[in-house]
Order: sequence, then structure tokens, then C-alpha cells
Amino acid sequence: MSTAYEPVIGLEVHVELGTRTKMFCGCPTLFGAEPNTQVCPVCLGLPGSLPVANRAAIEATIRIGLALNCSIAPWCRFARKNYFYPDMPKNFQISQYDEPLCTDGWLDVPVDGGMVRVGIERVHLEEDTGKTLHIGGATGRIHGATESLVDYNRAGIPLVEIVTKPVPGTGELAPAVARAYVAELRDLVRSLGVSDVRMEQGSLRCDVNTSLNRPGEEWGTRTETKNVNSLRSVERAVRSEMQRQAAVLSSGGKVTQETRHFHEDTGDTTSGRSKETATDYRYFPEPDLVPLAPDPDWVAALKVSLPESPRAHRERLQAAWGLSDVDMQAVVNAGAVGLIEATVAAGAAPAAARKWWLNELAQRANADGIELEAVGVTPGQVAELQQLVDEGTLNDKLARTVLDGVVAAEGSPREVVAARGLAVVSDTGALTAAVDEAIAAHPDVAAKVREGKVAAAGVLVGAVMKTTGGRADAKTVRELVLSRLSQ
Amino acid sequence: MVIERTAAELGRLIGSGEVSAEEVTRAHLDRMTEVEPKVHAFLHVATERALEAARAVDARRAAGEQLGPLAGVPIAVKDVITTRGMPTTCASKILEGWVPPYDATVVERLHDAGLVVLGKTNMDEFAMGSSTEYSAYGPTNNPWDLGRIPGGSGGGSAAAVAAYESALGIGTDTGGSIRQPGAVTGTVGAKPTYGGTSRYGLVAFSSSLDTPGPVARTVEDAALLHAVIAGHDPRDSTSIPAPVPDVVGAARLGATGDLTGVRLGLVREFSGEGAEPGVTAAVRDAVEALTKLGAEVVEVSCPHFPYALPAYYLIAPSECSSNLARFDGVRYGLRVGDDGTRSLEEVMSLTREAGFGAEVKRRIILGTYALSAGYYDAYYGQAQKVRTLITRDFTAAFEQADVLVSPTTPFVAFPFGSRTSDPYQMYLADLYTIPSNLYGGPAISVPCGLSEGLPVGFQVMAPTLGDDRMYRVAAALESAIPPLTPPAL
Repeated sequence: MSTAYEPVIGLEVHVELGTRTKMFCGCPTLFGAEPNTQVCPVCLGLPGSLPVANRAAIEATIRIGLALNCSIAPWCRFARKNYFYPDMPKNFQISQYDEPLCTDGWLDVPVDGGMVRVGIERVHLEEDTGKTLHIGGATGRIHGATESLVDYNRAGIPLVEIVTKPVPGTGELAPAVARAYVAELRDLVRSLGVSDVRMEQGSLRCDVNTSLNRPGEEWGTRTETKNVNSLRSVERAVRSEMQRQAAVLSSGGKVTQETRHFHEDTGDTTSGRSKETATDYRYFPEPDLVPLAPDPDWVAALKVSLPESPRAHRERLQAAWGLSDVDMQAVVNAGAVGLIEATVAAGAAPAAARKWWLNELAQRANADGIELEAVGVTPGQVAELQQLVDEGTLNDKLARTVLDGVVAAEGSPREVVAARGLAVVSDTGALTAAVDEAIAAHPDVAAKVREGKVAAAGVLVGAVMKTTGGRADAKTVRELVLSRLSQ
Repeated sequence: MVIERTAAELGRLIGSGEVSAEEVTRAHLDRMTEVEPKVHAFLHVATERALEAARAVDARRAAGEQLGPLAGVPIAVKDVITTRGMPTTCASKILEGWVPPYDATVVERLHDAGLVVLGKTNMDEFAMGSSTEYSAYGPTNNPWDLGRIPGGSGGGSAAAVAAYESALGIGTDTGGSIRQPGAVTGTVGAKPTYGGTSRYGLVAFSSSLDTPGPVARTVEDAALLHAVIAGHDPRDSTSIPAPVPDVVGAARLGATGDLTGVRLGLVREFSGEGAEPGVTAAVRDAVEALTKLGAEVVEVSCPHFPYALPAYYLIAPSECSSNLARFDGVRYGLRVGDDGTRSLEEVMSLTREAGFGAEVKRRIILGTYALSAGYYDAYYGQAQKVRTLITRDFTAAFEQADVLVSPTTPFVAFPFGSRTSDPYQMYLADLYTIPSNLYGGPAISVPCGLSEGLPVGFQVMAPTLGDDRMYRVAAALESAIPPLTPPAL
């Protein structure tokens, strides 16, 4: 895109907490249960029911706030956000408005070999809504649908909203900064053990705000892009919105303040609600709940018990793995830190673990447009695969084939080896027969080798690999060829 | 006659086996058959379930169990409180036919104490009103004069108790909905300290004000019921985790007729002005009677009380506009216009248009406006400040007086239709009761005499968690004046 414009970005991330029970009632929070089986009068908003705040959710929010270097409010309140929508049982959401639990923090984010400090405006606690399924419309949205079904299992699950301050001055790197911020935040939240932060399941959801201005001028009108549900999409959504706005501005138009929807398939955003039709949420303090006044001693205790930050953790691993900054950055960019760590923990050497995740598996993830974690192989399986290589059962080529089997859910590496019969031919008798066969089939090549042109042996090795279906160790075959021809 | 017995007496008779709970329940059900066509206090009568509950109490007694003081005593529950398996309509068309899957905490405690729930009583729709004329199912008639209102919103429970259809009732008080019906039907109605009784299962009108409380014919009965339903409830975050004051002991102490050393505060801002002369006279006589029992009288000033009514009519509608948003036809209750041609918004809108009455709509619109962007500070915010000032008025007044006294309501029961055309005239019924709601302290209405042949209520207000004080003074007054008996129906 043109450098005639400077972007300012801002991110709102929603994290579903992994508490055992919901925010304001005792219903379980398991993902994927039969619709409307994890509900009670409270989370269904039945007349007469009342909310009671979940202490574990408050604690988790304070820990997130502390990890983001925020101040914790000594006294704050929940507020009602009023609007009508069928997935909200009470037609208001219990949230926080002008008195959030955590304010004014920051998170350092590694981008392009450097660090970008992203300011945190606020971290607050609210309840999630139910899920609506619109049937019969072309878009899957409510307009044009013939039927709408609502599942209230998700209604009332504690949701933490983390809002950044505006991030100016990142220029062309803005999409990468957005992505790196969400990735770093995800790792941070995961390290706290308060959420499984799985974007594909919606336990981490992201809205991105983008605006453009000419250098030196005031910030431009921003748009809010919703429905950005993977790290890759975060980057694409910001880039797409920067390009769109630049085109609008370059042609003399004005950017409209509006909500836009990101589409995974096209990578584009389309217009949603405009500011003019925005709802007046009529926020007011939630009268059914008492104010929240966390004991300062409790907050202090939570602060000292925070785990190692992902950044410190990465620095420790980098030293242990002996990686350069550039190599470590590649690992981070690929989202492979935790995966490699787990693979090493399962017995693989760091270099081997890194090789599998960064080369073989990252390529597959990229080709499929998915996150590395979603590629379908566990760190334990990678370690097992490497062990098979180390013990000589597999060569590199065979190991990749075995990996195909693991990805195709055929089982563990050992199971795939057994099922597909892929082990290296280590029976010397059988290999010697195959070598002799190759020598007999290529007498001219054999003659050259005998004359000392050792490089020609490659043809014979290739022939043996072919007849064994790749199930031989090339180095062993080569040694065998040379030894037979020197006799 | 059994139905004329107090709840305390019935409890003793049932406990000693002189009369069975079933007989007591049948007597009240028979009374209902006789007078309900005239009074219309009930929206739902649970005949079979009541008899079953009564027989269960009799069985427990037969098995040698020691029963509580109100076991087997019949009670009428205002229809704004959820009852499992029994319709709960809030006297609104929008909830017609809704049967809650759960009991309110208050109802659970009634069951645990062995009380027999006779049914659900009439009220102004969603507890918004002072006459029961805003019930979607027709008004309740005052047993003292069937052409007059029984007060509201809890006119049904008060009328049922006044007409001997039930020994006890449960009401809810947001701006006076227990006390004002008590005053105009010659019964006792108490609003406990906010948070002293659980709101879990009370269909919210104004969450920061709503308080369930007892309706009875005597102060002791009210105290006995208060003791059953009060106490901390973990399901209501605003419920106070403190012991319940000894209201029964206080009522019994008051009934001895000794108020030596008790300081009664007369609120200057509430003296005379606005009240009917007959009401003023009866209240003045009552104060005199109390001084004869040893009470001291001091005049106190509560300068912000005149702003209570306007503050209330911003806070309560604001909260109600949010609380009543859930009635949209999506999950339960009435649904209008869902014929496959209309959008969700249209169906919600048609449902609310058809399901809510005029007064409910008026308050939703008022509250929606008061909370709107740009108006919040001027209306809701300002009203909250007034609320703080009223609380300070109370705190200061309770340094000079142990309780504050006033008329419960400025006028005796008025004829049907006389105030429905002017909402403000209707709102004035709660002029004296609203300050305690904004403050959160307890208050009770006890009959103190007649004006033009109709009952007058005397209000005793106490500090937060000082519920026992008001019972003592109310019981003393009750002991000093002749009992009021309504004319035969």
C-alpha cells in the first residue's frame, strides 16, 4: 500500500475464561455440549432470578490485569448494557462501563526483531451471550433467515474484554503488530491458566479498529472490524482495511465510522452497522450486584504469584536451545514456541524438534491456511517420529511419509509405520540382493565406479531406493554399493 | 370462627392438635368461595396443593414432630413472586400462563416453616400502581367498601387478609406497595430493611428498592412471618449477611404497652400538608396515645424528603425499563405476530405493545428516556444524588429519634377511577412511604383509627437493620387503640 498514509490500530480482545462455572450462576461451561443443556433460571434470565458474581472469574481477571501491568481498581461496579437481541436472555448484558476492574497497562510485543509496546486501556469482566444460528438465509446472518435457533449454553460464561490504547506509528508493520499482539496476549493468558484461548472455538475473539491519516495530520475516522477469528485473519483484516481505506482516501472519499465484517474466504471486509444507527446502550450500575472491592492484600498476593511471562519464558528457552535472535523470532512467528518446548519435553533434541515444526509442519499449516497447532499432530507424536529416525527405523523421506499418515489420523507414528509397512529395510541380506540386482542392471555404471568414479554410485543407490520403495537408508545403501564393487 | 383467629393463635391451635391444618385451610377456602366474587383478591387459587400441604403438616404433627409457630397457617402470596408449578403472572398479560420452574427464596422458607400457600394474589401490573386498578385481570375491591380501591400494588394480599380469606400474606414494597395497601385496608404491612429479605424469585420492578415483606392483621403476626422469611440468602447478592433482628420479641415487648424512653421523631416536612384532615387527626391521636405509653416526641427535619417522590420516579422507572426488557416473547409468555411474515424486531415490538398495560409502558418510556445518552446525568444521576441526601436526612434524624412516625398515606381508600386519569394524583399515594425505600431502612404501617369510616394507617420508620424498633412501637400502638373490624361482606 501507499506510504502516503499512517495507520492507527486498536484491538479489542474477548477471552472466555475457563472457570468451572458461569459468571453469575453455577452452570457448567463445557464447550460443545448439547444445545440448551447447561442452563438454569439465572443464565436464562427467567423472571425473578438474580446474578451472583463468580469469585474465580474476578480473580482470573485481576491476574490478567496484573500480567498486563494494569492498576487494579480498589472499588468498581458492574453495569448493565441494554439492547435487544434474542441471544441475550435478559436483553441486557452485565458488563462494566466507566468503572473497569483493571486499567492503564501495557504489553511488549516482539515484531520484526524489535519490541513494540502496546498500551492497555482497560480490562473488564462481563458475561457472554448465547449463540444464534440463522437458518435459510444466504449469508447465515439474521436478515433473510427463515428460522433462528438460540443455544444459551454459552450465555453467562465469563468473558474478559481487553482493550488496547490506540497504537500509532507502526506504519507498514501495523498488520504484523496486530497479529503479534494477539499472539503475545494469547500466550500470556494461556500462561496464566485462566483460559484455553482457542480462537477456532471462539474462546479468544478479536475486533480490530483501523484508521489512516496523512503523516502529521490528525488521526482519521476509524472502522471496527468484527469476526476476526484467527491470528492470520487479524493480520489480513488490518491489511485489507488499510488498503481499502487508502483507496477511499486517495480517490477523495471519506471513511465512514462503522462496524465491518471480516470474511475468512475472501480476506475482505464488508460494511456492517454505521455509527448513525448505533444503539444507545443506556448503561447504568447493575443494581442486582454489590460493588466489587478487591482486598489489596489479595491483589498483592496474586501479583507475586504470577507465573513467568511468555517473554521471559522465551528468553530462557532461546538460551537453552542455543538459538540466535533471528532463529528464535522465526520460531515465535510460526507460533511454535510451546509446541517445540513440548516436543523437547517428550524426548526430542531441540534442533530436531525445531526442524519438524518449522519446516515440515509449518509448510503444511501455511498450505492449508491454518494455525500450526491445528495441523493435527501433537508434540508427543513429533518426538516419537524423531525417535524412530534416531533409532534408524525411518529415514527422513520415510519419516515425512509417516507424518502424512499421522496427519491423516491413521494413528501414532509407530502405528503408521506398522500399518503402512514403512520401516527402513535393515535386513542386510535383502539389501545386498537389491544392490547386486542394481549392479547387474547397470553394468556400465558399475564399471565406472570400479574405475574410481565414486560419484557415479549415486545412480546405483537411486536404483536401490526405487526397488525398495524408499524404505532403505541411503547412506547404508551407498556403503553397501561401494563395498560390493570394491570386492 | 377459625378464619378470624390470628396467625399466632392458629399456629398454637394446630401445634397443640386442637384443630388440624386441613380444617384451617378448608375454612379459608370456604371463605374464599363465599367472598371472592365480591373481593377478587386472588388471581390463582391452589386448592388441591394447599390441602395437600396442610395434610402434610398434620402428618408431621401426628408423627410427633415439633412444629414451628406458623406451621399449617394459610398464606396468600403476591403474584410477583415465583412459585414452582403455580402460575406467576405479575398481573400482566405478557406473563399469562407462565409457570415458573422454581420457587422464590421467600416461598421456599414458607414451605420449610410449614405455611400453607393458598394461592397468588392480585396486584397492579408488575407492582406499578397504588390501587390494583392497573391489574390486567381486573381490580381487587376493598373489603371495607367494595367501591373503593384496596391500595396497591399489593392490594390483593391486603384485601385477602382483611377479608379473612387468608391469615397472612406476602407483599413486596418498592415505594409503599405493602404499607399503603395495609393502611387503606386496616391491616398491618411491613417493609423490612432492604436486603433483610431475599429478592430471589421476586420478579424485579426496581431492583435497588424491591423488598418482600409480611402482610397480617396483627403486629405479632407480621413479626412472626417476618422472622420466617428474613435472613441472608446467598442467591441474592444484595441480601445482608447479618442476623435477623428479634422482631417477634420486640413485638411482644411493645404489646406490653410500655414505651418508656422511646423517642418518636415527627418529620416536620410530613406534618399536615398534603394529608386529608381525617388522616392527620387520626395520626395525631395515635402520637398522643403513644406518649401516654411513655414515648417522647421530638420534631425532626428531613429537608430532602420533598424530593423523594421525583427521585423515585426516575430511579424506579430507569431500573424497570431494563428489568422488563426480557419480556419479549422469545423465551416464555405471550408472543404476538409470529406468523412468518414479520421480523424478530416486529414480533418483539407487537408482543410488548399487546402484553404491557398503559402504566407499565409509561414507566418503561420514562426510564428509557432517563437513562439515555445525554440525559443520564440530569435525570438518573441527579436522582441518585437525591437518594444520598435522603439517606443523610435519615441518618441525622435517627441521632435525635429512635423511630420516625408519619401517616402511611395521605388519604384513605379512594373510589375506583378517581385517580387513574392523572398519574401524579396516583403517585401521591406513596408520598410518605417512598423515603424509606430510597434509604433502605424498614418501615411498617399499623392501623390507627378511622376517617370517614375508613381505616387510617400509621407509619413507623426505623434505621437500617432496626426492624425490631418499628415492631415494638407498632405493637404498642395496637395495644392502645381498639381493633378495627371491617363490615360484614
